[in-house]
Amino acid sequence: MMRSSRHPLRLAVGALTLFASLALLPAGSAQAQQGKVKVGFMLPYTGTYAALGVAITNGFKLYVAEAGGRLAGREVEYFTVDDESDPAKAPDNASKLIKRDQVDVLVGTVHSGVALAMAKVARDTNTLLIIPNAGAGDLTGPLCAPNIFRTSFTNWQPGYAMGKVAAEQKRKTAVTFTWKYAAGQESVDGFKEGFEAGGGKVIKELSLPFPQVEFQSYLTEIASLKPDLVYVFFAGGGAVKFVKDYAAAGLKASIPLYGAGFLTDGTLKAQGEAAEGLLTTLHYADNLDNPKDRAFRAAYQKAYGAEADVYAVQGYDAAQILAAGLAAVKGDLGKRKELIAAMAAAKIDSPRGPMTLSKAHNPVNDIYLRKVEGGQNKVIGIAVPALADPARGCKM
Amino acid sequence: MDVYTLLIQLLNGVQYGLLLFLVASGLTLIFGIMGVINLAHGSFYMVGAYMAFAFSSATGSLVAGVVMGLGLSVALGVALEWGLFGRLYQRDHLDQVLLTYGLILVFEEMRSILVDNDVHGVPVPPLLAWSIPLTPTLSYPAYRLFMSAVCLAVAVLLWLLIQRTRLGMMIRAGASNREMVQSLGLNIKLVYRLVFALGVALAALAGMVAAPVSSVYPGMGTHVLIICFVVVVMGGIGSVRGALFAALLIGVVDTFGRVFLPQAAGVMVYLVMAAVLLWRPEGLFRSI
Repeated sequence: MMRSSRHPLRLAVGALTLFASLALLPAGSAQAQQGKVKVGFMLPYTGTYAALGVAITNGFKLYVAEAGGRLAGREVEYFTVDDESDPAKAPDNASKLIKRDQVDVLVGTVHSGVALAMAKVARDTNTLLIIPNAGAGDLTGPLCAPNIFRTSFTNWQPGYAMGKVAAEQKRKTAVTFTWKYAAGQESVDGFKEGFEAGGGKVIKELSLPFPQVEFQSYLTEIASLKPDLVYVFFAGGGAVKFVKDYAAAGLKASIPLYGAGFLTDGTLKAQGEAAEGLLTTLHYADNLDNPKDRAFRAAYQKAYGAEADVYAVQGYDAAQILAAGLAAVKGDLGKRKELIAAMAAAKIDSPRGPMTLSKAHNPVNDIYLRKVEGGQNKVIGIAVPALADPARGCKM
Repeated sequence: MDVYTLLIQLLNGVQYGLLLFLVASGLTLIFGIMGVINLAHGSFYMVGAYMAFAFSSATGSLVAGVVMGLGLSVALGVALEWGLFGRLYQRDHLDQVLLTYGLILVFEEMRSILVDNDVHGVPVPPLLAWSIPLTPTLSYPAYRLFMSAVCLAVAVLLWLLIQRTRLGMMIRAGASNREMVQSLGLNIKLVYRLVFALGVALAALAGMVAAPVSSVYPGMGTHVLIICFVVVVMGGIGSVRGALFAALLIGVVDTFGRVFLPQAAGVMVYLVMAAVLLWRPEGLFRSI
């Protein structure tokens, strides 16, 4: 190999090739500017949150497909990395998409720990990041940045809305219960803020280590405290078990159970009868009566043969926000400032209802009060209209 | 907190402890008698719970599901011992850890392929779907009491099996000196195979019995694995009686830890384990 490359003719050919490719390079990258928009999905495709990752991806792609496969006239190319909901692998995974695949936009993720790591990488590399689920307050609080957007919620939002509802119902005392981790604590803090501002009092904050599900002793304690209501933040398997245990302990009949929407989202089939009548708050529900949602759910059903859920909506809206920004700069990603300004100012016609973004780039939308009826999360009112997260600690 | 509430909390602790015993008893048998560190024990618990879910939704009856599940888990135990574990008795503990960790991944992936990644509920049998009122606000699900009864029955049966039967004698002999038993002309291989199948069946039974109250979800096996090892080490490796006492102790300590020291709820169990091991490094009871 060494010898052959020293051959004068080969050397000349090699030099020529190199020269030619160098000469062509600027033209090539200029073409990329007009070429495809590269979108990098960094989402969980395995593990507990796999279904959420898939729904978000489906929602995003559905919008792009509805727009004819193009945003602002440019084709969209997808890159995918399974983040495995593992914060330890997050910096590497994000770098893969940014450095190797050179994506223009990073979309992710579900797990808050992973999202915090992604936000750090996005800040360091000034990559556009759209968060389609993770609810950690810090992402649009102390860590907020012009290039970071969120289309989901902060954990504070549903909690605060539920606190206000409980106070308006003239309930006086509450016990809160959650896993001892950031999301649960933020949700409970939100509830406490809303409830106590309205004259209620949280008499005890119970918590147990994540992801333990041995609730029996806490239920006994709740029964002996006899509050006017119990507010909880649980999701997935823990939510199923808690709701069933709460009903089996006979507490459901005497002390109403309230929760952030995740308590009854995607878990109703497993919870069955035990969940009937529970009140939760979230920015989406199963029977929103707006034309956009009806069309969205029908299209989603047709494209993927599955029911759309809140995660699909958040993915869909991530694409909508990106589209709004790209439209304003006619697809020229070089006009970064204008792009970000247009994304931040976008008025999104979301399946959840109208949505805008706060200064910290977090959704401002109605938080619905929902009741479980016949195995569905049905809207029974708006808990707080156009609720914005206070974005404490965000300097932007 | 009044005395009545304390008594209910004690009931909670005992009931939790009994369930822990049921899961851990299989582990202590496999670990103590055969000397195999079986990290996949939690997976057998998960397999049991998923079988209860699959069979009870197919047949509409949890009892039928448990009967079918027990048969299958014994078969699974025999097959695993014959194909994999049987080759590990003379090997290093590290090889066993490697194999059984691999099995965790295999079982999780199979669960993902065969069922899915969702959470599923298993209905409580209608016969037991009622509650006993304890206070005006709190009642106790009858199914939880039934679970405790099952665990107690298993404890008694295990004790009878090991202390009072010929097979139990062979198991005890095999645990103390494998070569000697073999040279006396007893088929120790068969005994080991039976013990392993029994261990798997006990874990699966725990999963099946617990399924209606715990629901079934991905990764449920790894949650119980660590606490099971705590039970086994505290009770004395290989001691079924020790596992029973350790499990009850852990159940009660854990429950009251959550009530009186909520900030330290996660570490109470481990503090007690450390104290017990300082006092008796071999665990509460000697083997068998």
